[in-house]
Amino acid sequence: MADHKHDHEHGSELSETELRVRALETILTEKGYVDPKALDAIVEAYETKIGPRNGAMVIARAWTDPAFKQALLKDATAAVATLGHVSPVGDHLVAVENTPQRHNMIVCTLCSCYPWEVLGLPPVWYKSAPYRSRAVKDPRGVLSDFGMTLPKDTEIRVWDSTAETRFIVLPMRPKGTEGWSEERLADLVTRDSMIGTGFAKQPSEVRS
Amino acid sequence: MNGVHDMGGMDGFGKVEVEKNEPPFHERWEGRVLALQRALGYAGAWHIDDSRYAQETLPPQQYLGASYYRRWMLGMQSNLLARGYVGADEIEAGRSLRQGKKLPRKLTLDLVPGSLVRSSFFRQQQGPAKFKPGDRVRTINIHPQTHTRLPRYARDKVGTVEMIHGCHAYPDSVATNRGDDPQWLYTVVFDGREIWGPDCDPTLKVSIDAFEPYLDPA
Repeated sequence: MADHKHDHEHGSELSETELRVRALETILTEKGYVDPKALDAIVEAYETKIGPRNGAMVIARAWTDPAFKQALLKDATAAVATLGHVSPVGDHLVAVENTPQRHNMIVCTLCSCYPWEVLGLPPVWYKSAPYRSRAVKDPRGVLSDFGMTLPKDTEIRVWDSTAETRFIVLPMRPKGTEGWSEERLADLVTRDSMIGTGFAKQPSEVRS
Repeated sequence: MNGVHDMGGMDGFGKVEVEKNEPPFHERWEGRVLALQRALGYAGAWHIDDSRYAQETLPPQQYLGASYYRRWMLGMQSNLLARGYVGADEIEAGRSLRQGKKLPRKLTLDLVPGSLVRSSFFRQQQGPAKFKPGDRVRTINIHPQTHTRLPRYARDKVGTVEMIHGCHAYPDSVATNRGDDPQWLYTVVFDGREIWGPDCDPTLKVSIDAFEPYLDPA
């Protein structure tokens, strides 16, 4: 059910949607409900500013600063607010830590709740029926779709975002990164590693 | 409502397919839909759970067949019509035919940066929390025709309270025009076998965020 493929296969539906959206924007603008310049700015923010780099910088700080990590796991919204270089996030962000004993994974089975402020817009797969239906029942199967295998005895904890709480996974810090700067460490933190459908990159996977 | 949106545990949707280097938007209109939704939310046209409920009430074939942002567009349109912000004749005409209703606020360019920080769903508590971390609870068995955030797979199941998140606006009430009706919110964790039976992976634990009315002591 990869949604946008559906659109591409049915050009007429796409253009129909496009026309309807244009008409809605015209009506809502003429009625004074919305300001097109504000709409442009929102789109631009999501295209250029709000992405997984925000989350990666939070994780990199947690890897290098034990006091920050503790604060992050206690109240992620408050902890992120103390970082000058990451935009503040709204209420109810919860950080959950991966360990050798426990792997965390985030899903929203009922819609597609996602921590936009730290990860940007959710990818199509996160919003898709295969992910939303299987993550809570067969997470190891889902992880294998991502080429990921966990040890048999690792506990898998799936967090279904059924309210306004939002979750971010604190992935395990890769070995061989002792003494790295936060900036370099952030390059290892992938979007998927903060959802729990990937590990952080190994040092060998990034150019030094 | 027991709609197709409540997908947890359903079979048959196939593998998760990952698109490499996915762009933020695949089509220009997707960005416009997102921005419209944001602007209307800021304006106070309706609540986030009204948006969800409007999508949940789409016919199942339409829900499953439409892309994410098309679903948003369809839900937005139905909320605009149902709440009298736009007339069906105006949608047909593609332009405004009469003066609009008053909205509490308007998102202008200067207000955009502040509007991108999520709003808080904390509400004034109406009484003490009934449960504390470590308490065993059983989720209630409900099948309302209206909006709820208690997924089908997690109804009538025994789990353990793990966190308390304070008092929040209660979606089941918000989406049925009964106001915020603040309720305590908890993370409740279940053993996978409690939900999926003895064949379930023994290492699986699943949690939901459950409002207090969803829970009884176990």
